[in-house]
Formats: sequence, C-alpha cells, structure tokens
Amino acid sequence: MSATSGPPRVVLVDDHGIFRSGVRSELGTRVEVLGEADDVGPAIELIERVLPDVVLLDVHLPGGGGQAVITEVKKEHPEIKFLALSASDAPEDVIAVIRAGARGYVTKTISTTELADAIKRVADGDAVFSHRLAGFVLDAFASAPSPDDVKPSFDPELDQLTTREREVLRLIAQGYTYKEIARELFISGKTVESHVSSVLRKLQLSSRHQLTRWATERRLA
Amino acid sequence: MTQDGHWHGQPPWHGPPTRQNQEPDWVRHTRKWRNRGDGQPLRRHPEDRLAGGIAAGIAAWRGWSPTTVRIVLAVAAFISGGWAVPFYVLGWLLIPVKGQETSIATRAKHDSRGVALALALASVLGVFLFLAGAFNNTAIESYGWPQVFSLAGLTLIWRNAPENERAGMRRLVQPLVGGGASARRATRLRFAGAAVLLAVGLGWLLSLRGGTQLLQPLGGFLLVAAALVLLFGPWWLRIARDLMLERQARARAEERADIAAHMHDSVLQTLALIQRRAEDPQAVVQLARAQERELRSWLFEGRAPGDTDISTFAEGVRQIQRDVEALHGIPVEIVTVADCPLDEHLNALLMAAREATVNAAKWSGAAVISVYAEVEPDKVNVAVRDRGKGFDPAAVPGDRKGVAESIHGRMSRHGGEATVQSAPGEGTKVTLTMPRRAQSDSAGRSEPAEQAKGQQR
Repeated sequence: MSATSGPPRVVLVDDHGIFRSGVRSELGTRVEVLGEADDVGPAIELIERVLPDVVLLDVHLPGGGGQAVITEVKKEHPEIKFLALSASDAPEDVIAVIRAGARGYVTKTISTTELADAIKRVADGDAVFSHRLAGFVLDAFASAPSPDDVKPSFDPELDQLTTREREVLRLIAQGYTYKEIARELFISGKTVESHVSSVLRKLQLSSRHQLTRWATERRLA
Repeated sequence: MTQDGHWHGQPPWHGPPTRQNQEPDWVRHTRKWRNRGDGQPLRRHPEDRLAGGIAAGIAAWRGWSPTTVRIVLAVAAFISGGWAVPFYVLGWLLIPVKGQETSIATRAKHDSRGVALALALASVLGVFLFLAGAFNNTAIESYGWPQVFSLAGLTLIWRNAPENERAGMRRLVQPLVGGGASARRATRLRFAGAAVLLAVGLGWLLSLRGGTQLLQPLGGFLLVAAALVLLFGPWWLRIARDLMLERQARARAEERADIAAHMHDSVLQTLALIQRRAEDPQAVVQLARAQERELRSWLFEGRAPGDTDISTFAEGVRQIQRDVEALHGIPVEIVTVADCPLDEHLNALLMAAREATVNAAKWSGAAVISVYAEVEPDKVNVAVRDRGKGFDPAAVPGDRKGVAESIHGRMSRHGGEATVQSAPGEGTKVTLTMPRRAQSDSAGRSEPAEQAKGQQR
C-alpha cells in the first residue's frame, strides 16, 4: 500500500463545491488529491478509476448518501478506506455510514492539521473517532439495555463494549487525543488504537437489535 | 409548453376579447373590483385541472377557491338542463392555456377532417336522442341535446389540443380503456357487462310510457347506475387518487416554503452578518457557532429558535452550552449520552456543571471547552474539561475558592460528588457524579452509598 510512502492519495466526495476547494487548498501538500466528485454516481466511477488510498466522503449526498458509495466500492475494492465527514450530523446517518464500512468520522469544523492527521491514520488502517462519534456510539451501545437484549444474539461479544472500550470512548468524547488517553489510562498508544478498532469492528458487525432500534427511535424522536 | 409553440406558420388568431393589448376601458375600470385575482387575463390553468382547467383558471383570475368554482359549475350544469356543459367545452376551445396566446380553436379551424368527425359523432348522438324522444323520455332528451354540441367540441379538442394536454387527457381516460393484454380483456368484459346492463336498464326505463308501477323505474335506475359504476368506476377512483396526490404535493410544497422561510430568517441573516463582520474573527466564530447550534436543534430536536423549555437532562446541558457560548464567546463542545427527565438533584448537578463551564470559560484561557454528560442507569456523570493554563489545586487563589465551594457544596448537599483535577499548564478537568434516585426501575443501586467522600485532589 502506498500509504506508507509519500502522502496519502485522496479523493474528495462532497456536494458542496466551496467545501471541496476549501479542503483541497487547506490540505495542500499533506495529501495528494487525485480528484473530486459531487454525487454518488460520479464518485463511484472516479474512485474505481483512480483507486485512492482514502476517500473523504460527505455523509449527505443528493443521490443516496455516503453509504451508497461505500457499499458499491467495497464490493470490488475492499482495500479502499473511507473517512466520513459532515456538517450536520443526525446520529443515525453517521452510524449508518460507519456500519457501511467507513473507518472513521470527523465533523467539518475539524482543523486542517487534525484532518490531515485523520486521513493519514485512516490510510494506515487505524480508526478515527471524533468526540461526537464516540458519543453516538456510546449512546447506541450503552443506553438503556432493553429486555430484548438480555439474551443477546449468536455472538454476544459483538453486542456489547468492554469496560475498557467504554473508558476509551468516554475520553474521546471528552476531547482527549489518543496520546492523552494512553497517559490517562496507563496504556500504550497502540492499545488505544486497538480498542478503537475493536469498537469499530463491533459497530460494523453487530447484528444487535439495540442498534437498529436505537436508530429507529432517534429517527422518530 | 414552449414559448413559441403558437407559431404554426399561421397568423396568430386574435382570440378572446379579454386579452390585455385590446382591453376595453371598462375592463380596466373594473380591475379594482377584482384585485383579489392575479390581475392577468383569463387563462386556462394547465397544472390544476380536472378537465380543461377552466374552473382553476377562473379561480386564479378572480382570486376564488377552485373548489368553489367547480361546485358552482356542477350546480349550473344541473339546473341549466345540461347547457352549461357545451359552454364549458366552448370555453375550453376558445380560452388559451396560461402562458400561451393561441387557443385550441385556432388550430381546429384548419382541421377539416376533425370538423367532419365532430359533425358525424354529434349527428349519431342526435339520432339516438331523437329515438329516445320518440319513446317520449323527456329527461334523457332535455339533458341530452346540449351534449350534441359538447360532443362535437370535445372531438375537436381531442384532435387539436397541444401534445402535453393530450397526454393529460389520455392519462385521464386510460383507466377507462385499460392497458396491457390481460387488462384489455378485463376492460372488454367490463364494457360488455356495462352495455348489457345499460341496454336492459334503459329499455326498462323507456318502456314505462304509461306504466304506473312503482318498482319499474326503481329497477331501471338501479341497472343504469350499476352500468355507470362499472363503466366509470376506475376513472372515478383515478380522479380521487389524483386529487389526493395533488393535496400531498401541495403539503410538501408548503413544507418546503416553511423551510425556506426558516433558512431565510436564520441562516441567510447570519451569513449576511458574518460578511459584514468579516474583520472580526471572534465575532464571526461566535455567530457561526450560535447559528450552527440553533439550526442543529431545529433539525434534529425539532426545537423552534428561542424555545427554552427544559425538561430533560441533556436539554439542560445544551442550554449550558448555549448560554456560555453566548456570554463568553468560547466554543463549548458537548457530547451527551442517553437522557432522563430532570429532578431537583439533577438540577443541582446542572447548576454545578454550569458553574464549572463558566469557570473554564473565564479563567482557563482555553480555545474550547468540552462538556461530556452521560446518563447511566444508576448515576449521571458530567465531565467539564479544558486545555487551558490550569492551576495548582493546593494553592487556589481566593476568588476561585468560593466557586469551588459552590460546586462541591452543591453536589454533596444532593448526595453527589465532585472532583477537580488540575495542574499548571495541564488544563483542568471537573468531574461531577450524581446518583439517580429510585424514581423508576433501577432502584437498589441508586442509594447514595459513596456520597460522603466530599472533596479531594
């Protein structure tokens, strides 16, 4: 993977031209922008043509949303990584994009340095959780375990977070960096990474009743 | 409807006398009287129409409700003995569609085969009516004769209407004749059944020349009605469904207008303000943050701007965010996990959290404050954290001590707990924990077993 040599190769997918050009000029030489797309169809076509390391993907696209792009591209090219971002985030939309296969989620208010860092981490195979996503995930997994979930599904381990994962997520939600979390919990940075990746895996693989119900409730509320 | 659709290589027909360019004086004088309308000349309304769009056209012209006009027309058709129908058809022929200058009649004048067909169909109906008259059935006769003219007019319209209008008519008629092979068979059966019923029913009705039996007309009417339902049922259903769809579309349009209005009142205004204050980054950030928060709460919490009614814990935390950002101009990042209704203890927790947040905003010098709030089954946690200059808790300056007291004191009075972690240059973190009272299920663990720890660190 070329991620280790030279800057990550990136495709920008966002329906706001102003935002795309802003990100492009801000990121400058820290990443190599291979192209831009403004909707689902063109994005899939572009990504499958240039095969980037990372796709910076808006959660909300006119032609079906970010998850449509992920689902389609992952069929042929599971190695391409997606970093989701959005300005106005309904939790259920964000969780849907993550469950479709995005490796992380950041808000559009993120600073340029942090964004470049997040892209690099995703390119290296790590998961990137913003404080807001950590909150959503805790909310989805941790809130009000219902009677239906007392007897969990066939793989109970996927259906809940460990105490440690919960601690890590809580600190992320409070705005701690991975380094600060490592120091706070007396663990190594790599261990923090592995906890976050494990949360991501659970989020994507869990068939937990609770997750879908949570999303439905959020939508109805 | 193309703009030049009326140039068919023929001089434009100078149509109905209500056209603007040859408007007589009296029309202009009465303009005031009809100022409720759209002020445009009378035109058929292409979108909102059941047949020719004349009712909707009149409604728009006069500023009335289309439904009212339709009801009036229907009543008029009945009491005029059917004569309103040919007049409606005449209007359809003569009044141009909105946005165009030529009427269907312009084109129909040159359609000699259409004229012939119209005359032929009209004469067929005339013969039928003559026969009915011979059987001395006055009802059919009196309502039927005007329709000879309607039929002729409709034939001309059918042949000469613009393509898009014809498509609409075809769609309207389609459920009558059906489409597809199996549907066509069903249609044929339907038509056959209807024809038999109609023939028997009409025969029954026409045969009661001198008949005085009471049952006879009733049976005839029933059969005719059944035939009409069989014939036109699908069509009526279609019209009902179309009306419903139209209503839904209108509701959607209203919703969109609502959103547009909201965007204008909030987002666009803020963007304008931001442009005017571009030289003051602090103000710009503050404006953008406030707008983002308001829009977010409107979009995802269904909360109107200015609505400050607080009933749950998470709403209370958001309220702290709003107030501190507005008062101190420092962004407050909040994350809330789960939610629960407020009680007096949680109110105390909120007040302590507010105190801690305001402190951080005032003293820390940090660029952003993060507030994390989580509702667990047995307790509620709040962590207020900044990356500011921090302080040495052992050497607290006098003016901060009172504040710390108010946080600690408030928490412990309600059975909660507060810890403050800080060191110079390390930022500050205030952690607040309040046990939940046995208001619902998770009772046992909510007793304040660990409440008396007071303050340390």
